[in-house]
Amino acid sequence: MNDLRPIAVLVRNERGVLARVAGLFARRGFNITSLAVGETEDPRFSRITVVVGGDEAIMEQVVKQLNRLVSVIKVTDISRLPRVERGLALIKVRAKPENRDEILQLVQIFRARVDHVDHRSMVVEVTGERAKVQAMIDMLKPHGILEMARTGQIALGRSETIYQVPGAEVPEEAAGSGVYNLYKREQGE
Amino acid sequence: MSSQPQIINRPKDNHPHTGADTVIACLLQQDVELVFGMQGGSIMPVYDSLFKAGAPRHIIVGHEQGAAHMADGYARVTGKPGVVLTTSGPGATNLVTGLANAMMDSIPLVAITGQVTSNLLGNDAFQEADMWGITMPVTKHNYQVTDPDELPDVFAEAFYVAMSGRPGPVLIDLPKDVALKECPPYQAAPRVPEGYWTPYQPNQKRVVEALEVLRQAQKPVILAGGGVIQGDASEELKRFVELTGIPVTSTLMGLGNFPADHDLSLGMPGMHGTGYANLALYHSDAILVVGSRLDDRITGQVERFCPNAKLIHVDIDASEINKIVPCLVPVVGHAKPALKAFIKLAGEWQTKPDYSAWRAQIAEWKKEHAMVYPRRSGRIAPQEVVEMLGRILDAEATIVTGVGQHQMYTAQYYPFRRPRSLITSGGLGTMGFGLPAALGAKLGAPQRDVVCIDGDGSFLMNIQELATAVRYGIGLVVVILNNSYLGMVRQWQDMFLDGRRSETLLSGVPYDQVAKAFGGLGRRVERPEEVSGALEWALAKSRKDSLPVVLDVQVDSEAVVLPMVPPGGANTDFVPCRGGEACDE
Repeated sequence: MNDLRPIAVLVRNERGVLARVAGLFARRGFNITSLAVGETEDPRFSRITVVVGGDEAIMEQVVKQLNRLVSVIKVTDISRLPRVERGLALIKVRAKPENRDEILQLVQIFRARVDHVDHRSMVVEVTGERAKVQAMIDMLKPHGILEMARTGQIALGRSETIYQVPGAEVPEEAAGSGVYNLYKREQGE
Repeated sequence: MSSQPQIINRPKDNHPHTGADTVIACLLQQDVELVFGMQGGSIMPVYDSLFKAGAPRHIIVGHEQGAAHMADGYARVTGKPGVVLTTSGPGATNLVTGLANAMMDSIPLVAITGQVTSNLLGNDAFQEADMWGITMPVTKHNYQVTDPDELPDVFAEAFYVAMSGRPGPVLIDLPKDVALKECPPYQAAPRVPEGYWTPYQPNQKRVVEALEVLRQAQKPVILAGGGVIQGDASEELKRFVELTGIPVTSTLMGLGNFPADHDLSLGMPGMHGTGYANLALYHSDAILVVGSRLDDRITGQVERFCPNAKLIHVDIDASEINKIVPCLVPVVGHAKPALKAFIKLAGEWQTKPDYSAWRAQIAEWKKEHAMVYPRRSGRIAPQEVVEMLGRILDAEATIVTGVGQHQMYTAQYYPFRRPRSLITSGGLGTMGFGLPAALGAKLGAPQRDVVCIDGDGSFLMNIQELATAVRYGIGLVVVILNNSYLGMVRQWQDMFLDGRRSETLLSGVPYDQVAKAFGGLGRRVERPEEVSGALEWALAKSRKDSLPVVLDVQVDSEAVVLPMVPPGGANTDFVPCRGGEACDE
């Protein structure tokens, strides 16, 4: 099954973290369809939503390889969860007075918005799941798309469980000694 | 203008505490005893603090790549992180090969590189290189420090990341102004990075499933990799093997994790593995993989690696499971507790499974495909030199290799009897690894004899470290199996490219003379009957004089590494080894 799947990657909000994630995809030959980065409710963390194309085996590797990055805190393959998923496209479409009505009808059907109109064109803003945004684009194509900008998809699982970042607590007895000793102690040596 | 003379060396206690002082304090706090490095403009403040502190001990190398390999060798023999210190730009980029090598073999390193001052970053300043960007794919994690107050946290985290879970190299890039800036002395508590978690105990349910697969198997094999050594689980492996009677094959990285002279040892699998190990894997119905990533040199053609086997894969890195060979029972965890759990459950078996028919079959393969090599009269067979070393040295010695034919001869013919007795570049295959890694190995475990078995091509690549060995009086033996060829490539040319020996013939450098010129000792060995005496002499000299002793052994230049699975072929299609008296063609 070669699907497009959204994966949510919770990362430490630090310099270059996007380069680490994007670099990993490039190195391992994973295919990014879309990518969106933004802050979360906690300023220490950002959420990267990547839409990846691939079969089960590739998805397994994508999740596991992302998990290896030290900057990555949590990886969720949200394609397996009930979810809310949104992306946005701004589409500048050729719109002469004679075809404006038809475009406005499409805008209404897709619950999109018109952000700008002039004598020759309109800018349409559409939000929604990938397929919906794509459908709007396809419908506008015959009118002539002059320019387009599109965001990556963002997504959240609908479940009630919310991932809490575990506290980075250090056993008291290990404080003050080298981390190597802490490591040895953790392994029960 | 003041006429006061400038005070160059202020008294020690009047020095303000700087970021560089924090760097040294952090190293000492991590119990670092040895640092390998090279001076340069951007790292001078750290070296100045090192001078003032007087510790840890520092080894000046000939080339930064050598520093990385020395730290690597040190880490492999001690199990502690190796530490490297270099300047910015070329000093730092010279580390890249060493970092990649450590990354592939999961070796814990912490590299500290100087960097141009923060206000020049991104300006193509003198000796500026984007080390953070360059080393991202070849490190487990890397940092660029922007404020000296961050240093304690960064160092604590860096050492933790390098050592924990699947170990690996970490790089800390340190702009010069950060090192020079005043900051309060500060001791960090050890810090676990947020969200960074490493598996340790295996899932008991999986352990039960795994043992059930083994109990029902008729023809099981254990494939044990470097994870058993890194995880300090060799004792557990031996106990499990002796409890169950399942034969073991040890990968190149795993050699020494199970005694080579044990009845149940099958030697190495894969491209230059033993015929019997490859046949056993192919015909097996269950394979227990412990701490190996099953790379292409092990599996050969993946579909025909173990077509009928149920695979149990124990690894600390979940991403290795199902990466190459589909696995039936994944056991994510540290090798030691995993094998302990296996031993406990297998000890409770009511009836022990009977693998005796399988072992008899393997014994037959062992006879049929015994490891043999041809001898040409008057010429030294390289395999013979390795075998002789195996007889002369005890199990405590450390063997280090470069990369090429000599490395495979060593893997095939040296009897590794304890973990951490072989230091070799497995994943990256870095020619030139041998000499610097041997220096690190000797410094990490000075009580052990260190013998670096090297090729002439490989030895030349980091030959400058002979100066380091002489400077610090590091006594070790280098045995160059000199065939005046890039032997492994020549072997491929002869076997697969109709003998077109493109650019593989080397000039015969007299390496014994080179060693003497550096201030070490050397001897050229040309005839088979000289070998054993020369080895004894070299060992005695290296112990007594604390100097590097180079034996330039002129081996049969036409010798080839067999058995060999042709690249891309199935492991069962190996070209078998041939013994007897070879005649000149």
